[in-house]
Amino acid sequence: MIPEIGHYALILALCVAVVQGIVPIYGAAVGDSALMSVAKPAARGQFLLVLLAFCCLGYAFAVKDFSVLYVAATSNSQLPLHYRLAAIWGAHEGSLLLWVFILTIWMVAVSFFSTHLPEAMRARILGVMGLVSVGFLLFMLTVSNPFERLIPAAFDGRDLNPLLQDPGMVIHPPMLYMGYVGFSVAFAFAIAALLGGTLDAAWARWSRPWTTVAWCFMTVGVAMGSGWAYYELGWGGWWFWDPVENASFMPWLAGTALIHSLAVTDKRGGFKAWSVLLAIMAFSLSLLGTFLVRSGVLTSVHAFATDPKRGLFILVFLAVVIGGSLILYAWRVPRVGLGGGFSMLSREGMLLANNVLLVAALGSVLLGTLYPLFLDALDLGKISVGPPYFDTVFVPLMTPAIFLMGIGPLAQWKKASLPELAVRLRWAFGVSVVTAITLPFILGQWTPLISLGLLLAIWILTTAAVDLRERLTHTDGSSLMGRLAALPRAYWGMALAHCGVALFIVGVTMVKGFEVEQDVRMNVGETATVGGYTFRFDGTEQYRGPNYIAARGTIHVSQGGRDVTVMYPEKRRYFVQNQTMTEAAISPGLLRDLYVSLGEPLENGAWSVRLYHKPFVDWIWGGCLVMALGGVLAISDRRYRLAWRRKVSDVPASTQMARQTVS
Amino acid sequence: MKPRHKRFVFIGLGLAALAAGAMLVLNAFQSNLVFFFTPTQVANAEAPKGRGFRIGGMVENGSLTREADGLTVHFVVTDMAKRVPVTFKGILPDLFKEGKGVVAQGQLGADGTFLASEVLAKHDENYMPPEAADAIAKAKAAGAQSSGTLVVDPR
Repeated sequence: MIPEIGHYALILALCVAVVQGIVPIYGAAVGDSALMSVAKPAARGQFLLVLLAFCCLGYAFAVKDFSVLYVAATSNSQLPLHYRLAAIWGAHEGSLLLWVFILTIWMVAVSFFSTHLPEAMRARILGVMGLVSVGFLLFMLTVSNPFERLIPAAFDGRDLNPLLQDPGMVIHPPMLYMGYVGFSVAFAFAIAALLGGTLDAAWARWSRPWTTVAWCFMTVGVAMGSGWAYYELGWGGWWFWDPVENASFMPWLAGTALIHSLAVTDKRGGFKAWSVLLAIMAFSLSLLGTFLVRSGVLTSVHAFATDPKRGLFILVFLAVVIGGSLILYAWRVPRVGLGGGFSMLSREGMLLANNVLLVAALGSVLLGTLYPLFLDALDLGKISVGPPYFDTVFVPLMTPAIFLMGIGPLAQWKKASLPELAVRLRWAFGVSVVTAITLPFILGQWTPLISLGLLLAIWILTTAAVDLRERLTHTDGSSLMGRLAALPRAYWGMALAHCGVALFIVGVTMVKGFEVEQDVRMNVGETATVGGYTFRFDGTEQYRGPNYIAARGTIHVSQGGRDVTVMYPEKRRYFVQNQTMTEAAISPGLLRDLYVSLGEPLENGAWSVRLYHKPFVDWIWGGCLVMALGGVLAISDRRYRLAWRRKVSDVPASTQMARQTVS
Repeated sequence: MKPRHKRFVFIGLGLAALAAGAMLVLNAFQSNLVFFFTPTQVANAEAPKGRGFRIGGMVENGSLTREADGLTVHFVVTDMAKRVPVTFKGILPDLFKEGKGVVAQGQLGADGTFLASEVLAKHDENYMPPEAADAIAKAKAAGAQSSGTLVVDPR
């Protein structure tokens, strides 16, 4: 009964979404306030209906209702409750439900925080989001219904893939989807502006915080995915340039370009058409990413052939969303007009270069991800594009972008002077170059790439310091603290996010340059030394978990005769799917991670063991978190808070006006 | 310079940068493509010598042996028609099993042994790497005699 209620709620949500997608947009076109005002209640109603459906599916998982096909396929009676709930998004159908649920969350957020927008704008934004929702709900109800019954019911479920039975699974997909779907708001703003034909600095100011919030979620989501791969796959790698990872990285690149381009639109009125195009691009890539990961096309393009309806729907949906918005773009963008002119050497020029480089990087990832799929689909042979390709392309593309990242914030809008910039930055440049050349020698090994990485990281930090000092001298205030506090939070956010990039680069450079990896055979009591740490293998013992049995190894780690830590790597066998899983043991630290995973059991209790010493690896994810924090700080800036506070006082007036127009 | 000339310089520089970028990307792309070959193709000497490629098929039952160092392993990859011996030094992924599909990346040695630098395991619950399934399906379609002991479902 409960699953049928969920199913029914989805059907009702679809009806509401259709109304929300048509009536307010039509109302905005003819200027009918009553029709436009449908948008808000429709969005909230849709949220409640999808919430109900989501809870119904969660209930089915909680009570182990194996008469629901999706529940039987992705969970098992031995699976602990929190993983049963996380299994909601463990496969295709449930992921779609999560997607729509998060879309309705964003809709409700828009309906609450948009009172300062013109009514037509808000109606169009919610309308576009309603149309997106129509597509997803239709997809679910026609070809991938999570509430489909399995008759007769299964005696027990097929279980969640053991790889997904991890705390990361509980939080990583919702985070990532908050980002993916968050770009739908930026997309809706862009389409609404195209429909309305008004694209000005105010539009950029409204859509900026939404884009930044989505970007923050996206940043955290991608970083969590990377961290999860690091500790869960047992290979010690943090990024594999796997299509699944690329699928989440591409919208991130587009979103990063978008927040920078919106800054120009907001401050200078330029890059308008480009910002709109980027918003369309970011959301299209989010859609592509969702489908790439969840439709099974990556496992085999011929999975499309086994369920042609699903594949066809996806292709049509992508074509309608991307094609439709590009046609609208081509038709309406000429009237948007250009912004003010600027010299190539100016802050606009540098942000433009940043955008071009980011989009070029995005294109190269897209090529490497989709080309093998195309070849395979056309039966032209099977190829793969490995990490060397991405590494070769990314370093030369990102190096100039990061170099400009140091200069951009110091350059003037419109026209900057090169000699003046050189004088202002000479110290930063000198310090960066000298440190980058000497530091690797102190660390014990010099290669061009280590030096380059350190150069870029230190360049970001030193230029940020110069920028801060200059801004402080131009700020009024008696005490240093007072002047620090007087700087706008948007500035602090930018500076923090850029420093996050620096931390990230330090992490990548140090890991790539100095990590030590060793695969060894270890008898009980035998030791091995990696990166200055001595690992002693003390054998394994049996250990039983809720739905698996494990061999747990004990490894004592010491450095120079001093005990450092004891690590317990595991080799688990999950009962239901009879699948073996390596659970690595990690001893994290600010300056290094020690990473141990068990290979295979050999004779006499010996094991093959993989030992890693990974310097600064946590800085990679730390850097990403700092970037996201920077984003959060930026949207807490005073001018956005003012805009929202103003709306509170505006509300009575505007509702009065609306009432008058209605009557 | 007049603004018009300036714009030309601007566009010219942009195009040059774009061309350079495209060159870089396509060049890197070209030199890092890894092609896939089935054991039959390797046996027919269609696979390149001196360049890395991927091979896929099934790990033959009973073919896995381990050297005394505990790390170097030998096994045979088959598509039920032809067999290719593979050597790999390192820790095999969890999903590696005899009688299951496998994809390995590496180079062909002088004696015809495939020296794998990497053994891949896609993380998928119905584990049969699509390349491996494809290799077996192709060999079957070509009418090669099947060993008959293993039943494969080429999805």
